[in-house]
Order: sequence, then structure tokens, then C-alpha cells
Amino acid sequence: MASLLSRFCRKLALPGSAHGSRMTSTTACGSETVKSLNLYSAINQALHIALETDPRSYVFGEDVGFGGVFRCTTGLAERFGKNRVFNTPLCEQGIVGFGIGLAAMGNRAVVEIQVADYIYPAFDQIVNEAAKFRYRSGNQFNCGGLTIRAPYGAVGHGGHYHSQSPEAFFCHVPGIKVVIPRSPREAKGLLLSSIRDPNPVVFFEPKWLYRQAVEEVPEHDYMIPLSQAEIIREGSDITLVGWGAQLTVMEQACLDAEKEGISCELIDLKTLLPWDKETVEASVKKTGRLLISHEAPITGGFGAEISATILERCFLKLEAPVSRVCGLDTPFPLVFEPFYMPTKNKASSSSSLSSPSKTHIF
Amino acid sequence: MATSFSATLPLHGSQENRLLLPPIRLAPPPSSFLGFTRSLTIPSSRRLYHAHAARRSPVVGVQEVVKEKKVTNSLLITKEEGLVLYEDMILGRSFEDMCAQMYYRGKMFGFVHLYNGQEAVSTGFIKLLTQSDSVVSTYRDHVHALSKGVSARAVMSELFGKVTGCCRGQGGSMHMFSKEHNMLGGFAFIGEGIPVATGAAFTSKYKREVLKQDCEDVTVAFFGDGTCNNGQFYECLNMAALYKLPIIFVVENNLWAIGMSHLRSTSDPEIWKKGPAFGMPGVHVDGMDVLKVREVAKEAVTRARRGEGPTLVECETYRFRGHSLADPDELRDAAEKAKYAARDPITALKKYLVENKLASEGELKTIEKKIDELVEEAVEFADASPQPGRSQLLENVFADPKGFGIGPDGRYRCEDPKFTQGTAQV
Repeated sequence: MASLLSRFCRKLALPGSAHGSRMTSTTACGSETVKSLNLYSAINQALHIALETDPRSYVFGEDVGFGGVFRCTTGLAERFGKNRVFNTPLCEQGIVGFGIGLAAMGNRAVVEIQVADYIYPAFDQIVNEAAKFRYRSGNQFNCGGLTIRAPYGAVGHGGHYHSQSPEAFFCHVPGIKVVIPRSPREAKGLLLSSIRDPNPVVFFEPKWLYRQAVEEVPEHDYMIPLSQAEIIREGSDITLVGWGAQLTVMEQACLDAEKEGISCELIDLKTLLPWDKETVEASVKKTGRLLISHEAPITGGFGAEISATILERCFLKLEAPVSRVCGLDTPFPLVFEPFYMPTKNKASSSSSLSSPSKTHIF
Repeated sequence: MATSFSATLPLHGSQENRLLLPPIRLAPPPSSFLGFTRSLTIPSSRRLYHAHAARRSPVVGVQEVVKEKKVTNSLLITKEEGLVLYEDMILGRSFEDMCAQMYYRGKMFGFVHLYNGQEAVSTGFIKLLTQSDSVVSTYRDHVHALSKGVSARAVMSELFGKVTGCCRGQGGSMHMFSKEHNMLGGFAFIGEGIPVATGAAFTSKYKREVLKQDCEDVTVAFFGDGTCNNGQFYECLNMAALYKLPIIFVVENNLWAIGMSHLRSTSDPEIWKKGPAFGMPGVHVDGMDVLKVREVAKEAVTRARRGEGPTLVECETYRFRGHSLADPDELRDAAEKAKYAARDPITALKKYLVENKLASEGELKTIEKKIDELVEEAVEFADASPQPGRSQLLENVFADPKGFGIGPDGRYRCEDPKFTQGTAQV
């Protein structure tokens, strides 16, 4: 699968970037300069712009001073000074709590958690403090200026603690937003929206795509609206929903399915909480089938929420049960990663995609 | 060899406001820490638990006292002990160098963190432990496992991800466990092992005092300087001192947490001082000298075995390579690296052994050769071992050996072909 993805992730092969039949809701202006960037450079640009446009914004976390272990924060300390871009000691709970405090006093705090697997010590602060700040102070205080960035997802050799996808835990918390970009251009726009959004946002970046994904990214300041899903590939037989790096896998499955005559509609959710129910609902009402795919373990993953909501809303239009192609219910393995991951073959052979004709009823 | 801290650090405001006392370096009265010539039966004074009491006694850094002792010409180790220490450190160094070679040849993958330069800490402490004592480590755990007795073959196979590895290939570099040798793991997450070690120490205390079994097991928890800014560390110092647990907290202070300098990220970089704040002795020792580490370790382990409670030992050491094999190591000053390279613990021990006529160069060379062969054989063994079977993926998630129990059709769930496609009903 690694070779599969690396073949796939070469330039211009990102979902939604060069296809004829797609809709796009990005607001990039056609006449502005664009540059070919990978994901960490796009995030870096977004951070530069965010710090430039708001003098009361700060970036901090472990090792951000020299650029971060994934190079997302290069150049920030040199340009904006150590007072605004600084390293913290190794205490995630302290870092996020500190960020909440800064945000509560009206600043914008962009916190970096080095790897999403390390976010759990901060989970208490995020769930109990960040999510409830506005609510329990009766809107006197809020920590909307808080944005927590964390690289998530499999990377091929990460093992148990450098590959987890914890988005499902955070989607269960009313009061925060969870945003996951799929490509460099999306990442820059979504990160700027997240930083400027008046609610605390947890922003997961697919670490596999930091260097692998390359795309034309406009150089100006632009924002992509949150809570709006995008249909990156139109089709009429089945709807596929995903986010982040998994979309590249699903796009491959779509191409394979098309050879067998199945027309697939691929939707990028972008924001998982609150998610765009209308777009997915409209799509499923059109196609009648739904397949959800994510890297996190299947039980209790976010696919379950999507499945339940769509069943409630579109029950009579569904022609087949909602299918979920996800990671297995085990801790993220080391040597067994290729067996654990929801590959395109698993997607293609799942009950929904392998049915050749639209009239086949389960 | 005093630490580099004491000269260069400014004292903080709060300290300056205090009386004209010198910086507090809690050391017990000379009688208990000098180990070898004096009797160890003098119990560590209760004064150790009260910082204010300690201020009254003239305090002296441990390493200075040990150094004086060396000058008065009594040898710290016998020949047998010296050769054991030397062999262990050479094993650690050769093994790690071989890991680097294998990594660059693509035989192992993932994140590998090498221990070159810090061997004195591992050898100094772990060679004093018995098989039933427990060790808890971090992601930089290959050498801790080797010192504890896990065979080089098992560790190398684990790194290669083979089924003959100590964790059957499940854990990889950062998770070396061994039930037989009581190696309670490598932990990828910093600070996560310390509470686990605290619990393990409680078990031995409980066995001894409540169950009245003959149990003198201690637990040694190794962790780095970055971890000393983490909440879990402080929580455990408190619990260990409160319950008087037989545990030794060993800080391997190599001054760098990936790219973050310890001096820039800690309000008071002298970590040993944090011990007395919680009511346990805090000791600073030169971690590049295995004999000094061993002396301090002896006292700390003896304290713990006698039931006198925990100790915090800060070892000033250095890692010669980068944080991991993926780290280009550009941030550290070349002068700093050279300074510590000159204090290579293996070279220092070799010099000591030869100068004090405890061993000849020839004997040491034989040991090095033997270790080289051992490590090469470990690589061959690991290469020849099979990879784990696919069904191992689903095992050990739960206690049930087959992981997910029995499905409605009476067969193990994980045998259902749809299970591994991620589309079965679980």
C-alpha cells in the first residue's frame, strides 16, 4: 500500500485537484500567483499569514522554535521573535491549558502538539475546559482564539504512538470544532479559517502528506469555510465519504470501480464537528448507497456517527446498508500496518462497491 | 568533575532572596554515601526528609567526595566487577552501532533511538540489580534491556519485527519488554513509564510488609531531562515519597529533548533538587563515569532494599548521536559534542582498568572481539527468523488469546475472513 500511495501522491494526482467532473468551493482567485507547495510548506505559509495579520497571535509547542519536527513552523521564530513563537517544556496538559488561558484573555493561541498520539494528557483540558468555557461562563469568556494543531494518521512506520487517528474522541465533545484537510491548498485555507474562527478548533494534519502531497497553492491570504463538505468527484451510483489522507486511497478505489462501470461520488467532509449533514444527505438521496472510510478503528469511529445520521434521514432512499471500511479494532500495529489499514482493495471488495448493478438489493 | 550547571546558571530571584546560605545540594552526611570503606548500616538520617534540617549540615556534592576517595588510593571495583562492567558497556555500544548500520540498510524501520554515550548510567545501575528487580525505561531502551539480561538476539529480532523478538515483533524499538528479566518496557511516550514503575515498587513493598514474603525487589525508573517538566513525574515523586516505595528515579540528563535545550526549558535546571522538595534525597552524579554512577547506585539501591524509600538520582550524561536515527542533529554545538566525546565512559573505564592493573589491554580486546561476534550472530539470527503470521495481528487485544472471542457461528471471530477486511460485524 505504501507503493500504491506514493505512486498516487505524485504531483497533480491529489483528489479534486485536476479532475474534469468536480465542483469546488475553494475561494482561490484565479489571477493570483500560485506556487507548488507540499503540505508542511502550505501550513507554514498559513501560520506566517496568521501571525502577520494579527499581532496578538502566538505559536508555541514542543520544538517549534527551530521549525518543528515536521518543519511546519520554520522561519516563524526568526520573523516574529521569540516572544510570539516559543518552545514549551514537555507537558501537553500544561501547553494546552496555557493556550486556553491565553485565548480566554483575547489572544489567538496556535498550539502545536507534536504528534496527535500525545494529545491525551491534554484531553482533559480540551474537553473540560476549552469546550465548556463559553458555555459555563455565560458568554463572558471564551477561548475561541485557541487552535490546536496535531499531525495524525499512519505514516508507514510509525507504530503504536506515531500513527493514531484520535478524531473520534474529539467529535464527541460539544463546544469544539474538529477540522481535517486533505491537501496543501485545503490545509492553508482551512487552517486560516480555524485560527480565525471564534471557537476552539482541533486541527488534525495528515502527517503522511507532509512531504508526499504537492499542489498548487495560492500565495495570498484566503480562507475556506468550515462545516462545508466538498464533492470532489461526482457520480451517481454510490457516495463515498472520507477525510484527510484516506481520500487518496478512496480515490483509487473509485477509479477501480469505474472500470467496472460503477460511478462514484466522493465527498471530503473537511470539518468533522460540526459536519455538513446536508451535502452528504443530498448525495445519498441521489445515489442510494453510502460507504465511509477512515483509518481509526471501526468501533466507535466517526463513521458510526455519519452512518446513524444518514440512516435517520435517508432510510427510505437507501438501497443497501451503510458500509464502513476502517481500521481494525486493535492498537495501531507496527509490522502489521499494511494489514490493519483500510486499503483500496478492502474498499473495492466491500459489499457496497462490489455490487455491479444499481438494482441489486440487499 | 563538577557539573557544568553550577558555574553557569544564574540563581533565580527566589533563591537570592533567601538567606546567605549556599545553594542547597542535599547530600546525606558523609557516612552513608561513601559506601565502600564505611559501614552501610548507619541508617540514612531522618534529616534527609526535611530540607530545612539539611541546610544546617555542611553539604557537599557527592561526586566531589567520591573523587577525593579515588585520590586516597582505594580501588572502587574488583577485577571481575570491572570486566563485567566493561563487557556490558561494550555490548551496549556495539549493539547500538550495529542498529544504526542495519537501519541504514533498511532491515529495521520506524523510529530508533540510540544510546551511545550514556552506557555508564545503564551499566552503573542495572548491573547492581538482581533478576527479580524491575526496570522501566523510555524509548531509548535497547541498552537497558541488554544490561538487564535480555539476549542480544531477542532485542535484534524485535527491532527487525520478527516473531523471535522479545515481544514477538509487536513492539519494535521503543517497547522492549521481558517477563523473565522483569523489564517492564520501553515507553514511547515520555513520562508514561514512571507511574508504572511506582506501581511496581508498591507491589514489592506490599509483598514484604503485608504479605510478609521475603521480597527485597526494587524498581529503577529511567527517564530524561525533558520528562522532568511533565506532570506525571511530579505526581510520582509525591506518591513514592508518601508511601516510601522502594524505587529509584534515575534522570538521564543529556541536556537535550530533541531540539530543546534543558537549560532553556526548565525554570531550575538542577533536577536533583526536586527530590528534597518531595521528601526524598536528590543526588547529582557524573553520568559519564561508570564507577561514580555505581557508587551512588549502590547506596540508592541499598536504601530502597532496606525500606527507607525512594531516591532521585540525576546523572549528567550526553548522547553522542542525534535524538533518533532520523534526526540530523544540527542543533547541538560541535564544541559541546567534542567536550563530551572526550569523556566517553568506555574509554574512561578502559583507562582506569589498565592504569590500576586490573586488566590488560589484551583481555579487554578479547572482550571486544567476543561482543562483536555476539552482535553479528544476533543479526544473523534476526535475519533468519520468520516474520510473524498474519493472525498475530488480532491476538492479545484482550485477555482471550484469540483477541475477539467467539462469534455467533461458534468459531473465533478473528478467523472470519471478513474480519481482516474490516467489514465484519465485531
